[in-house]
Amino acid sequence: MSEVHENQWNRRDFPEAARDLLQNSQTRKNVQHATNVIQAKRNKVVAELPDWEDLREAGAQIRAHTLRHLDHYLTQFEENCTLAGGHVHWASDAEDARRIILGLVQQHDAKEVIKIKTMTSEEVGLNAHLEAHGIQPIETDLAELIIQMGKDRPSHFVAPALHVNRAQVRDLFQREMHLQELGDRPEDLTDAARTYLREKYLRIKIAISGGNFLIADTGGMCIVESEGNGRMCLTLPDVLIAIVGIEKVIPRYRDLEVFLQTLPRSATGERMNPYNSTWCGAHPGDGPKEFHIVLLDNGRSPILADKEARQTLQCIRCAACLNACPVYHQTGGHAYESVYAGPIGAILTPQLQSMKEGRSLPYASSLCGACYQVCPVKINIPEVLIHLRGKVVQQDQATLSGKLSLWNIGMQAAAFLFADASRLAMAERIGQVAQGPLVSKNGFIEWMPLMLSGWTQTRDLKAMPAQSFRDWWTKEKAPQSNGKQPNA
Amino acid sequence: MPDSSTARSRILASIRMSLGAASTADSIAAEYGTIARHYNRSSAAEEHALLDLFTDRLLEYDAGVHRSSREGIAATVAEILGLRAKHNIAVPAGIPATWLPAGFGFAVADTWSKDQLDKVEGTLSACSVAIAETGTIVLQNCPGQGPRSLSLVPDYFLCVVLAEQIVATVPEAFDRILATSTLPTTFISGPSATADIEMTRIKGVHGPRFLDVILAT
Repeated sequence: MSEVHENQWNRRDFPEAARDLLQNSQTRKNVQHATNVIQAKRNKVVAELPDWEDLREAGAQIRAHTLRHLDHYLTQFEENCTLAGGHVHWASDAEDARRIILGLVQQHDAKEVIKIKTMTSEEVGLNAHLEAHGIQPIETDLAELIIQMGKDRPSHFVAPALHVNRAQVRDLFQREMHLQELGDRPEDLTDAARTYLREKYLRIKIAISGGNFLIADTGGMCIVESEGNGRMCLTLPDVLIAIVGIEKVIPRYRDLEVFLQTLPRSATGERMNPYNSTWCGAHPGDGPKEFHIVLLDNGRSPILADKEARQTLQCIRCAACLNACPVYHQTGGHAYESVYAGPIGAILTPQLQSMKEGRSLPYASSLCGACYQVCPVKINIPEVLIHLRGKVVQQDQATLSGKLSLWNIGMQAAAFLFADASRLAMAERIGQVAQGPLVSKNGFIEWMPLMLSGWTQTRDLKAMPAQSFRDWWTKEKAPQSNGKQPNA
Repeated sequence: MPDSSTARSRILASIRMSLGAASTADSIAAEYGTIARHYNRSSAAEEHALLDLFTDRLLEYDAGVHRSSREGIAATVAEILGLRAKHNIAVPAGIPATWLPAGFGFAVADTWSKDQLDKVEGTLSACSVAIAETGTIVLQNCPGQGPRSLSLVPDYFLCVVLAEQIVATVPEAFDRILATSTLPTTFISGPSATADIEMTRIKGVHGPRFLDVILAT
């Protein structure tokens, strides 16, 4: 069962998937428009806060501290949530999570559930599992509804449908909601969604959500949203089931004073998003009578062992790194073939799968550092990307075919040559002669053989000059430097 | 109930294995205390400046803002409801009777079903604290504010904010609600909105589409 659901992602490597997406000019235009708009708004509201860097630092320290003591804070959360009338469940993997949630829904004989946007639900393939058991999940976030009706996949955590434009949404809504007439102004589309979903909020008895923060000292939860669909789902039904990654806990309620400043500004470029809700367990006379929370590991706990990569789990899913990334800007989220796209997805996805899947993702970056600069919890994504590239190489080198691959032989040869000045000088002299047949009349190399062809596919390489810097230096400057090589 | 106790011990064991030796609760609390919090806790702004800033933020969110004296709240409520052409209004238990003008249908709705709430024209409520810098109103389940569905299901929400409830910063708001942090709490910044379609902010999706605020000095 688990194979079926999880395989809808990670089918292809990044370069292959990206090549296809780059051909789709409509999607690229939509993605670029959306990311430009959010980036500009984000930069404006971040610049308003003189203490922005202090907030980032505090956020980073709170998250790092929590991860260092994750077992302590999780059990504290569990204890307090239970005292407040909540039921805490633990899920080692996606299959556990699906089984627990399906069991709860079936216990209440529900045929439909309403849902708040949750990445963890996507991660465990919950919707397909519920559908396979005759339960209809209904997404209530506008963008998620667009994705669900279009049988599409989310491409961004905050605005999952930013790759779709209004005309596309109009056609979709008209067809799926059976509407005779529908305009394509965003107001018309929003109105249609309001009417369509309101009846469901009033009728359906079970809701499923994710969670932005679990609060250890109160045993409470925080959900951050804009539309009010979140409030509808977590207030009106009889039963609420939340599925949340184990890393989402924070120590104290007070810590929200940091994240409720950095998250909205980073995510949507607002000083504050329209609605934040916090509550503990089940509150008599207010909200669901039954509250369940499923704490999902699914590959997170082993990441804590890697001290350099552990910071990946500090993420609060604002998606600022996606909006800032020049690679995401061109390809959009689908090229990552992963629930979590963009720079954070490039480091999170392969680690969640013990570096067995998504191994091309750490390379899907130019290492420009824009992601680190905007991260509200200071995850040094470029550092982790390089660290993971190292892991991918080590994994390859551990196999015979990897050891004997052209890449490995080429890299080992390069390492050997670069390690010693006289070897490098000799290689340069050989290169000057050997490049002869490849150099065009204009002085550029336009084609290279084998794995080197990747470089010349999209750009030309300047031929090596007749005299290297090293030769020039020896000839011109050597007498003043006592005949010593400058780098010897 | 599916048994998840095996998963629980497996996950906690895996975390402990990854992290190494466990710390004591005391040393964790001490380490928590060393977290650098150099961000601004408060602002030196005076009350009238806070009122102006809060007003600007609300207007930016497309909320209506009305100033009133403390004694004039009921009259202001009457004026706004008249303008909005609303008559039947849900209120939480514990709302000051002096805020309710005659000639309207105010009904205490704490125990109403969602269908009943869906039929009422709007809700009037007090709040716990308001944040000027972000234009945020914080509601909690307590007398005068009631359960969360009151400010959610009806299409119109009218909130009375007293001048001394307005603070400048987010951390100051947390100072005020820390003692009641386990209550169901909602931070409201403007009417519900979405920017999911081409990043155009559209007011009014599922929560109240119309928000008015009375600032009482």
